[in-house]
Amino acid sequence: MFENLTDKLQRVFKNLRGEGKLTPANMEQALKEIRVALLEADVHFKVVKQFIEGVKQKAMGEEVLTSLSPAQQVIKIVNEELIRVLGSHQSRLRFSNNPPTIIFLAGLQGSGKTTTTGKLARWLSRNGHSPLMVSVDVYRPAARQQLSVIARHTGLPVYEGKPEEKTPEELARGARREAAETGRDVVLVDTAGRLHIDDELMGELQRLKDALEPTEILFIADAMTGQDAVKSAQEFHARLGITGAILTKMDGDARGGGALSIRHVTGQPLKFVGIGEKFDALEPFHPDRAASRILGMGDVLSFIEKVGEAVDQKQAEETQRQILENDFTLEDFRDQLRRLRKLGPLESLLGMLPGMGPLRNLKDLKVDERQVTRVVAIIDSMTFRERANHMLINGSRRRRIARGSGTSVQEVNQLLKQYAQARKMMKNLSSGLKGKRLGRLALPGM
Amino acid sequence: MIQTLFGATEPEPSLFEKLKRGVEKTRAGLVSRLDDVLAGGKQIDADLLEELEAILLGADLGVRTTSEILEAARQRLDRRQLNDARELRQLIQEHLLEVLRAAEKPAAPVTEPPAVILVVGVNGSGKTTTIGKLAQRYRDSGATVLLAAADTFRAAAIEQLEIWGRRTGVDVIAQKPGADPSAVLFDALQAARARQVDCVIVDTAGRLHTKSNLMAELEKMRRTASRVLPGAPHEVLLVMDATTGQNGLEQARRFTESAGVTGIVLTKLDGTAKGGVVIAIARELGTPIRFVGVGEQAADLLPFAPEKFLSSILQA
Repeated sequence: MFENLTDKLQRVFKNLRGEGKLTPANMEQALKEIRVALLEADVHFKVVKQFIEGVKQKAMGEEVLTSLSPAQQVIKIVNEELIRVLGSHQSRLRFSNNPPTIIFLAGLQGSGKTTTTGKLARWLSRNGHSPLMVSVDVYRPAARQQLSVIARHTGLPVYEGKPEEKTPEELARGARREAAETGRDVVLVDTAGRLHIDDELMGELQRLKDALEPTEILFIADAMTGQDAVKSAQEFHARLGITGAILTKMDGDARGGGALSIRHVTGQPLKFVGIGEKFDALEPFHPDRAASRILGMGDVLSFIEKVGEAVDQKQAEETQRQILENDFTLEDFRDQLRRLRKLGPLESLLGMLPGMGPLRNLKDLKVDERQVTRVVAIIDSMTFRERANHMLINGSRRRRIARGSGTSVQEVNQLLKQYAQARKMMKNLSSGLKGKRLGRLALPGM
Repeated sequence: MIQTLFGATEPEPSLFEKLKRGVEKTRAGLVSRLDDVLAGGKQIDADLLEELEAILLGADLGVRTTSEILEAARQRLDRRQLNDARELRQLIQEHLLEVLRAAEKPAAPVTEPPAVILVVGVNGSGKTTTIGKLAQRYRDSGATVLLAAADTFRAAAIEQLEIWGRRTGVDVIAQKPGADPSAVLFDALQAARARQVDCVIVDTAGRLHTKSNLMAELEKMRRTASRVLPGAPHEVLLVMDATTGQNGLEQARRFTESAGVTGIVLTKLDGTAKGGVVIAIARELGTPIRFVGVGEQAADLLPFAPEKFLSSILQA
């Protein structure tokens, strides 16, 4: 009810105040908040700067949707832009025409390469492939053993190497031979963790790449990585030419802004995210989910989405017309209530607004869901004529309505009184009277 | 610092050299920029402050800490107490040093040996490697050490710790994979008492701080330790990867709630990451940093030295 109602009224003021379009002034606060949100999500500060600059250019002059405030509108645009940037590339794994396909998993120490190797093997075998795993980490104590244990858990084969195979290259070649002989179509090469500035080990990886010619080189990155994600991704990409990335440990509460940084500096797509300790906890990367997580404004975003779904433009225009013509009947009022309820529980709806929506004043309001039900019941108990013209409703009709709706005459009176106030308010507005404070608008049924 | 448990002296200069080398790589990109920005005598203006902001944010100090520092700088600037960029650097360094100093506190005293050190952290932060280095360190200082392989979850974690045990000549108490970590801890403490060792270092499985059942497991381990040995664990070290971003603060908060973290080990400082989030942690939670990890060898663990850490971040 008040959702659309106040929004429409707000809209009138919005245009009067010049907020109907996005301007540098009314975007400023939202962009500031978004900057902080992105930085707190560990997006690299340079990426943040460029990204915000891009959004500003793009959003400038855009029309503000009736049901949103300028700030919400900016967030909407930012979200769409984030999704676009994160996901414009096809992010499927590629396979060689000449099997076995070689896939490298590379990254810093502790980013989760070995666990991800097991998860990826499981994912591949579930999707019609027959992977063979091999660890070429000859440095970290028990690293190869770790992959063997994982192989046992997943029930998928691992190439453990022959005694004479000592170097990463020998091991990887051995695995490729084994895969070809046993009809395995993918070889997952779990490489040793290394620092991107470790020239020697990066060189080793380059040589391994030249020798094996992998179809995919996946950069494995921890979702908790901070600003350094840019440097490591950049360096791995410069030396190896990565073809994609997997973001691990996304089952924690890190916002994973590194995804945006990695995407930005390498131009390569995110392919998977690791979301748990189990071996099936790997799923394809979803740009929309990642975007709302990075923004950390999921509540606002789902509010924006819900408003978009529940209120179509036509209905909104009709309401506006009714308000202007002072033709807002009890029936319209009830319809609005019903539409509003499609949005979900009122409490949660109000809770979604971080003090920036048109309902700012309502934030502290306790909304009683049952009260809305009662108001709808009261209006349902009126005749069609009564709904069209509330002036008809005299004492005996009120008693009948109260009985019919299971409420009391007092409640019916209260509703009618508030409805009358709201109508009067609208009348004032539509006749162009200014200076009335919107905050004083009594909300029918509340 | 934890080594006071064993009366260890200040580290030898060669270790500082090592830190310097490690940190040298760390600041490779930063230094030149900071030198440009904070060149002595340069006038302080809005551009300079903006660049400074970028440097602090880039070191993972976080939005709040960074804006606090900038605010302090702006205020002094308004009062004309800052003349040039050199003084600005001074101001920042002092400010950060204050934050780190305020967080410094010693480990709990050990009334009845062994000293028990519980090592916790998220997956892949470098717990097992850190434990290997700690074992080496304590052994070098003349203490007898026992390792407890209470990471019974991750594949080959026990083997990894056993290899470190062999490398450093330290016994490892372990059970089968999947065993109750508290039971391993209990065994290890009994063994430590029987063998009269000075120090028990307990490896735990990496866990994300959002997994409440796994965090509850750490609480149980604490209770087990204190039941066997009143006052234990004397030190709970949170191992944190220097590449960690702003999530580090939440990690520290949740691990402190469940495991009672008494200090941080900042690992992988030999990369390009600066580990600035520990400053935010010191500021918000008052958690001291005990050690830094600067490599993969047993000797690559150094006591945390705040001045060195900061000057490595802020100075050429």
